[in-house]
Amino acid sequence: MDLSYTPAQQAFRQEVRSWLQAHVPKIPLASFDTAAGFEAHRAWERTLSTGRWSAVNWPVEYGGRGVNLLEWLIFEEEYYRAGAPGRVNQNGIFLLGPTLMEFGTPEQKARFLPRMACGDDIWAQGWSEPNAGSDMAAIRATARADGDHYVLNGQKTWASRGAFADWLFGIFRTDPNSERHHGLTFILVPLKGPGVTVRPIAQLDGETGFAEVFFDDARVALENRLGPEHKGWKVAMATAGFERGLMLRSPARYQNTARKLVELYRECAATADPCLRDAVTRAWLNAETYTLNTYWTVSRLMAGGSIGAEASLNKIFWSEMDLHMHETALALLGPRAELERGAPDAGNVGDWLDGFLFALAGPIYAGTNEIQRNVISERLLNLPKG
Amino acid sequence: MDFRFSDEQLNFQSSLRKALEKECTAEAVRAAWETESGRSKQRWAQLAELGVLGLLVPEVHGGLGMSERDVVLVLEELGRAALPEPVLETAAVGAPLLRELGGPLADTWLPKVAGGDAILTVGHPVNPFVADAHVADLLLLPHQDELHAVPREQATLVRQPCSDPSRRLFRVDWTPRAATLAASGEAAQRMLAVALDRAALACAAQQLGVAQQMLDLGVRYACERQQFDRAIGSFQAIKHHLANVAVRIEYARPVVYRAACAVADGVPTRAVDVSHAKVTACDAATCAAKTVHQVHGAMGYTWECDLHIWMKRAWALEVTWGTNAWHRARVAAAVLDGNGPWATFGYSAPGLP
Repeated sequence: MDLSYTPAQQAFRQEVRSWLQAHVPKIPLASFDTAAGFEAHRAWERTLSTGRWSAVNWPVEYGGRGVNLLEWLIFEEEYYRAGAPGRVNQNGIFLLGPTLMEFGTPEQKARFLPRMACGDDIWAQGWSEPNAGSDMAAIRATARADGDHYVLNGQKTWASRGAFADWLFGIFRTDPNSERHHGLTFILVPLKGPGVTVRPIAQLDGETGFAEVFFDDARVALENRLGPEHKGWKVAMATAGFERGLMLRSPARYQNTARKLVELYRECAATADPCLRDAVTRAWLNAETYTLNTYWTVSRLMAGGSIGAEASLNKIFWSEMDLHMHETALALLGPRAELERGAPDAGNVGDWLDGFLFALAGPIYAGTNEIQRNVISERLLNLPKG
Repeated sequence: MDFRFSDEQLNFQSSLRKALEKECTAEAVRAAWETESGRSKQRWAQLAELGVLGLLVPEVHGGLGMSERDVVLVLEELGRAALPEPVLETAAVGAPLLRELGGPLADTWLPKVAGGDAILTVGHPVNPFVADAHVADLLLLPHQDELHAVPREQATLVRQPCSDPSRRLFRVDWTPRAATLAASGEAAQRMLAVALDRAALACAAQQLGVAQQMLDLGVRYACERQQFDRAIGSFQAIKHHLANVAVRIEYARPVVYRAACAVADGVPTRAVDVSHAKVTACDAATCAAKTVHQVHGAMGYTWECDLHIWMKRAWALEVTWGTNAWHRARVAAAVLDGNGPWATFGYSAPGLP
């Protein structure tokens, strides 16, 4: 065990830090779940890509820097430290990108990855349907092959970023006689084409972070199929693994929240419930725990290991930690916890309420934590299937 | 940056595990409960032969001259086996304390420790009682700002029966003398502080093994026990309980391993890193105890069921060498009132690496 950085890694950190200092917008951008904020965040993705910082761990040919996981962690630490904008294209860069690299043809990689890296294409997810939530294998939306196209029908829902995105990735039933996770195909669908209707859904914060998407004989070229026909479940599971696992939720995000929480505690300590001191301490320790676990995992991955069902452990930990941190912050704010950021006397309420509402979704999306517990118990602990 | 253990470290762990699976079975642990000392001379000799007792003893004194990095997996195995013997007191805390004291004390005692011919124990102000004083040849005890090395004959021991039948705790009555004085002033305080961190780290490492053993017992029972014509482990109510334990253990491991590096390297955040490990590993172990006990139903409430061997060990390790509340308060003082918050790896408080 050697828990120190090489001079090259420290130099990389310095390079990231300098670039971000020069480029991060001084005034925070509007939420990317509003029309104007979405475009502002797209512009930021373009700025990032001009410095080749939008997808640092991707190969150079697709717009990345080909850095390893450790350098990716360093980048993320600096990114959150700099208070840089949220990543509007995280569905693309962190989830679909790695899936394309694993399952895509050379043509698909060349066609989609560079546009993803520079924000030209922003991606939405299309997994859930009204009757296929936790039971994702109950998917009914269909894709029927017709010449050199698929014809899509049915409905997807809870499509994250769906309200404003350019493209959607998801799985569709291509074999009409199939059941459950057989006969599904992973397809990349343009959202702006004919036969596709997007109906934004307002979330708890009133913004349209996700959408329902309806397909009525929407035609999508066969070359937009990712991976083998009828074998989309396997491709989707790889994407879900990226979502639950390392890439989407880097530890720096939570270390940054923990740091802000400690600062809030110091401001509120004189009047706050004394038991919150312990809650804040736990929150800081949890963020550190998550960081250590991530570095531990990265060490194993860099030595040739792999991450499978272990991603479910990860998802439970970060989602519960995030919620606990925000609950603690609201408890510290006391009677002002219900104020929105823009309230005339909001004082130091900051983004905690928004953050809390976002954190509430954590135990639900990317597979509910109940589903993750099933995965852990059946695949890691080898308990019998129910 | 590499969080992995070396092949040598992993091989040592697996050979120790094999040895303990033979020599420290649940039956053997129970058998020791019934003896006067509660300790096995034969097992102690085997631990010496395996090199466990001399891990932190310098080579010049007949040990292996290793560091906490090498000890952490060993302690995990001792927890998994619920070993009753005082490896923590002798090898993980006492031996490095003697090494730091140096001089005739180290020259006299360390070769005996490495060879299995002497047992040590260590007192500390956070602990009202001293573990295994009855079998210790030498007691390292604090008195005001002094540290004393006291032969057992010079102390009076009053045994305190404990929940864990393997535990042997004593109130130690003794009189400080010039002849027993080993260190004083700042040097003694520094040695006691690092002794506490070594001991808390050792408790945390054992808790990983204790917790994993209980999870394994819970999984095995849930697969065997049939109700409603099926294994109870097929019910989500049971699955989700056990999955929560798996999460706790998975996340406690790297925290403990990092603390081992912090102690070995003497980094400025050592105390907080150790407290973090103690709290996280104890939480994992007590969560495992409560959960696996529930999974066992009434069977887990019996003396006959082996589960309580580890449940009681988990409770004991939680309250010794600083309770969770004590360790969290130490973290809070550093992070909330001190120069924190810093963040591991990413960015640091002024003056920290």
